[in-house]
Amino acid sequence: MAEHPPSDQPLKKTPLNDLEKHLGGKMVDFGGWELPVQFSGILDEHDAVRTKAGIFDVSHMGEIIVKGPAALPLLQKLTCNDVSKLSDGRAHYNGLLYPTGGFVDDIVIYRNSANDYFVVVNASNSDKDFEWIRDSAKEMDVEVANVSADYAQLAVQGPRAEALLQPMTSTDLSAIKYYRFAHGTVDHVMAIISRTGYTGEDGFELYVAPEHAPYLMEKLIHAGAKPCGLGARDTLRLEAKMALYGNDIDHTTTPIEADLEWIVKLDKGEFAGRDVLDREKAEGPRRKLVGFEMVDRGIARHGYPVVDGSTEIGVVTSGTHSPTLKKAIGLAYLPLDKASPGNEFAVLIRGKETRARVVPTPFYKRAK
Amino acid sequence: MTPEDSKYAKSHEYAHLDGDIATIGITDYAQKELGDVVFVELPQVGSQLEQNEELGSIESVKAVSELFAPVTGEVTEINERLRDKPELVNSDPYGDGWMIKVRITDSSELDELMTPEEYDEYCEKESGH
Repeated sequence: MAEHPPSDQPLKKTPLNDLEKHLGGKMVDFGGWELPVQFSGILDEHDAVRTKAGIFDVSHMGEIIVKGPAALPLLQKLTCNDVSKLSDGRAHYNGLLYPTGGFVDDIVIYRNSANDYFVVVNASNSDKDFEWIRDSAKEMDVEVANVSADYAQLAVQGPRAEALLQPMTSTDLSAIKYYRFAHGTVDHVMAIISRTGYTGEDGFELYVAPEHAPYLMEKLIHAGAKPCGLGARDTLRLEAKMALYGNDIDHTTTPIEADLEWIVKLDKGEFAGRDVLDREKAEGPRRKLVGFEMVDRGIARHGYPVVDGSTEIGVVTSGTHSPTLKKAIGLAYLPLDKASPGNEFAVLIRGKETRARVVPTPFYKRAK
Repeated sequence: MTPEDSKYAKSHEYAHLDGDIATIGITDYAQKELGDVVFVELPQVGSQLEQNEELGSIESVKAVSELFAPVTGEVTEINERLRDKPELVNSDPYGDGWMIKVRITDSSELDELMTPEEYDEYCEKESGH
C-alpha cells in the first residue's frame, strides 16, 4: 500500500473539529481544512442518509453577502442563471462565470429581499469568489462582504430529516419547499433553515453562529442523525450527479459542457461568458460531462484518461463504488459524438484499458 | 493484535510462512486506514513476483492503493472469495481476507521484513501517536 504524504501546511479547523475527533472521526486534509472523511464507515453513513438521516459538518463552505440597490444587477452580470426569477425566501443553484464561460465557482444564491442576497460558495474558492465579486462591483452601489467566519453550516440529510428536526423548531418545516429557506431557531439557536443539500436526498442545511454549532450538532445526533464524513458526502453527491468543483467543473469547463444547461438563461440579458455559452448551445460543445458505469471490473477515478487506441479523447472527473447501486460509476468528459447513453469507451486504469459505458443520469433519484 | 507468526512490510502487507508457501495480505492497521474495501485486483496464478514489486491494487470506497510483494516467488493461489466478498479484507484481514499465496525462493528475504513488535511501533509512529 502506498498513500500520498500529507502536506506540511497548518490546517484550518471548523468549530466542530473537537467534537468530530471526540466522535471518532477520521480526520483528513481536505483542501486545507481538517475534516472527517468518515466516522462509522462510508457505506454505513451513506446508507443512513439514503434510508434515515445523517448529519454533515459543512462549515468550511464560504458565505458572501451582496447587498444594496445594485445587488441584483451585479449578480446578474456575473452569473448564468436568472437571479431576477428568485423571490424572497427562495434560493437557486448558479454558476459564477469568467468571460470565457468557465466557472469561477458553482454557488447557491439565497434572496432575503430584492436588495439583499446571501451567496454560498465552495470552501477552497471563497477568497477568490469574494475578490471576484468585490472587484466586479467597482462603481456600483452595492456592499460585498465575506462573512464566511460568521457561519457554521450543518447539513441534516435523509428521508427522516424533517421528522427529526421539526420537534426542535417552531418553524413549520413542511412549509419550506425544496430550495426555499426561512429564518428561525433550532433548539433556541438562531438559524437560516434551508431545504437544500448535496446528497440527492430530502434534507436541510442550517446556517448558525460558530459558537452554537457543537451544541446543535450534539442535539441533532441525539435526535437520531448519524454523523457522516466527506467520504459519504462524495458517494452521495456523485450518485445524484451533483458536480464537485475542482473535480467535475473548474475554470476550463463551461456549464454547457458540464451538462448544466438548466442553469444557463441566455434570455436574461448580458452576463459574463454569455457569447461563449450562446455559441455552444447553438453549435454543441466540443465535449460533454456524462455519467458512466464500468463494464469491466475496476474503478475509474478522477484524472484517469479516456482513450481511443493510443489517443487520449477525454478524462474521468469523478469515480467511485456506488453503495446504492453496488457498482462502479463515474463522470467523464467525452467528445460530443461519443457522449450518448449506451456508447462504450475505454479508461486507462493504471495503464490497462478498461471498458465503461455511458448511462443516463442521475444514477440515483429519490422516490418522491 | 498483530499476529506473532507473520512478518510485515513497510507498505503494510503481511507474509505468513508455512513451509515454502507465504500467505500474503494486508494488515489490520491497513484495512482500517483504507476503510470499506470494494475491489481487490490480484495477479494471475503462475505469475512471478519480485520482492517490493507491485502485485496488484486494492480499492476502498474513498481511494485506490497499490499492493506490493513482500517476498519474491511464484503465485500458487489467489483468494477467489475476494472477487465477490472484498469486505473480507476488512472483517478478517489475517484470516479469510488473505490475498495470495506465493512459493518463495529465498527465505532470507523475510529477515528484511519487520517483526510484529517492530511493525506495531512503525504504525504508531506513522499515525502520529
